[in-house]
Amino acid sequence: MWSGIGALVVVVALFLFPYYVGPGTTGIMVQGLIVLTLASMWNLLAGYAGLVSVGQQGFLGLGAYFVLIPAMHGVTPWAGLVIATVGAAVCALPLWWLVARLRLGYFAIATWVLATVIMLVIEQISSIGGGTGEPLPGLTGMDPAVLTAYTYWAALIVAVLAIGGVYLLLRSKIGLVLTAIRDDERAARSSGVRVGLARMGVFIAAAAGCGAAGGVLAIEQLQVVPGTSGGVFSVQWTAEMAFAVIIGGIGTIEGPILGTIVYMVLQQTLQSYNAWYLIVLGIVAIVIAIFARRGLWGTLDERFNIRLFPVGYHLWSPGETRRRQRRPEAQAVQ
Amino acid sequence: MAWVNAIIQGLLIGGLYALFACGLSLLFGVMKVVNLAHGDLATVAGYIGVGIIAVTHVPVLWSIPIVVVLMAVLGYVLQRSLIQAAISRGELTTLIVTFGLSIIIENGLQQFFTANSRGLGVGDSFITSSFSIGSQITIAWFNLGIFVLAVVVLLGLQQFMSASKYGRLIRAVADDREAAQLSGADYRHVFGVAAAIAFGTVAIAGICDGMVTTLNPTIGTDTILLFAFASVVIGGLGSLWGTLIGGVVLGLAQAIGAQINPSWEQLAGYAIFLLVLVVRPQGLTSRGAQA
Repeated sequence: MWSGIGALVVVVALFLFPYYVGPGTTGIMVQGLIVLTLASMWNLLAGYAGLVSVGQQGFLGLGAYFVLIPAMHGVTPWAGLVIATVGAAVCALPLWWLVARLRLGYFAIATWVLATVIMLVIEQISSIGGGTGEPLPGLTGMDPAVLTAYTYWAALIVAVLAIGGVYLLLRSKIGLVLTAIRDDERAARSSGVRVGLARMGVFIAAAAGCGAAGGVLAIEQLQVVPGTSGGVFSVQWTAEMAFAVIIGGIGTIEGPILGTIVYMVLQQTLQSYNAWYLIVLGIVAIVIAIFARRGLWGTLDERFNIRLFPVGYHLWSPGETRRRQRRPEAQAVQ
Repeated sequence: MAWVNAIIQGLLIGGLYALFACGLSLLFGVMKVVNLAHGDLATVAGYIGVGIIAVTHVPVLWSIPIVVVLMAVLGYVLQRSLIQAAISRGELTTLIVTFGLSIIIENGLQQFFTANSRGLGVGDSFITSSFSIGSQITIAWFNLGIFVLAVVVLLGLQQFMSASKYGRLIRAVADDREAAQLSGADYRHVFGVAAAIAFGTVAIAGICDGMVTTLNPTIGTDTILLFAFASVVIGGLGSLWGTLIGGVVLGLAQAIGAQINPSWEQLAGYAIFLLVLVVRPQGLTSRGAQA
């Protein structure tokens, strides 16, 4: 109840943000919101469904092109965001069929190959810019400050819908199924839980979220550039989302939010040193993955027992106090 | 005749892809580790080769054993420290740690060596000369040499794993770590040695790639890792010969694709990969049903 009100206050405060700060800060916030959306999706995949994807940049790129292509035919990019979300989800269905039976490491590289294949196919089509990319039409002539504010609101709506969607999904029956799979896949399967179907649902939902983020990215950059270094299909996007999740705390909704804040602080502090922020981010992620597997939020939660987004259930024996006993490490993260 | 030439080229480049793949296959076979930093480590080996040649002026071929030894040592140390720590914490951690390494290496190379590509200047007459069969088929000695090297490496590895005492020990630890430990084998050391061997092959792959094309910080993930993975999947897990066949099939598919349309080279290779993934997920050579 209180956390709901708190979340509402935070969202309203964030919504009013462009009225108080300059477009420079708003622009930085847009980047943060894109990474936040992506991180929430990666957390859903890896933290709840055990699907460690290294190919989410494929859906990010698809989303960007699903904004670009209608815009070239006169559809406003803002409506294109809806097309990007739905389009990426529709594309995810046949792709899931290709990788559905792979697990863990094999799944990881196979999704990476899929992202590369998507890029290679798109680069063949010269009418949408081929290998060099295409500027995004439809927004020229807008006042830059107004455009930045609109972009910010679009990014904020996408991020809020993404986090809210993950929250509702995890509180629904699918969330229960995912928890059962995470705890013991074989037992869940033998109790009649449709493991494959739940995983497919998560894969498609994550594709939709990454597609929407890609759409926002296209609007923010006012162009879509393919390619693996610096383009929408760069694996660095997946690196950023994965590292943010690991640092913040995998398997919690709060983790990606905290991780994104850490990411933004690092990126802004080290921005004059080129790609050093990614190197530092990678080192921090490795250290946390080895020494504090539940991430920053997990460590905080262990100490103070706080939940902003309650999606789990607790069992209290009669007479037990609300203070939870520390979970044994082995059970913490699968 | 252009077609015959293309097919021969594809076949020979397949040897290079098999070289890419055998380190990945070995680490997975022994430790169940999918090393996402595999390609970037090969790139590092290539850059070490560039550095050694620039400093000591040894011929390119002489730099190979030096780099192999350096990378083997690195492999042992990395396995005993970081990778072992990750393995004992679960598969998710292993993926995160190797993915983190991959990103760190790629961006680190970009910082220190810029994004410019550089080649391993060969200069040897062996490298540039070729011989002809009939009037129209030309085969470069160098490409043939790399194919032969790949076959020798795979053959040696196969022989080592199946016939030598230490190879048996590695397989025993891979099959049942606890039982091997009860019989007195220190599995951490055995894993370290296996990683050293795998990194040695990675070093050869990286230098050969630097000689065939040019090195730049992104080839590790853009080509080496993905081609290696495609070769392993096409050929089927657990067999080094399967890896060679997988590499050759990938090379042939790319060559034929490029012959139809120069920009289809990579797509044709991945098309075969996806086809195998759907139709025969256990790979072309493997009999097991495990994907």
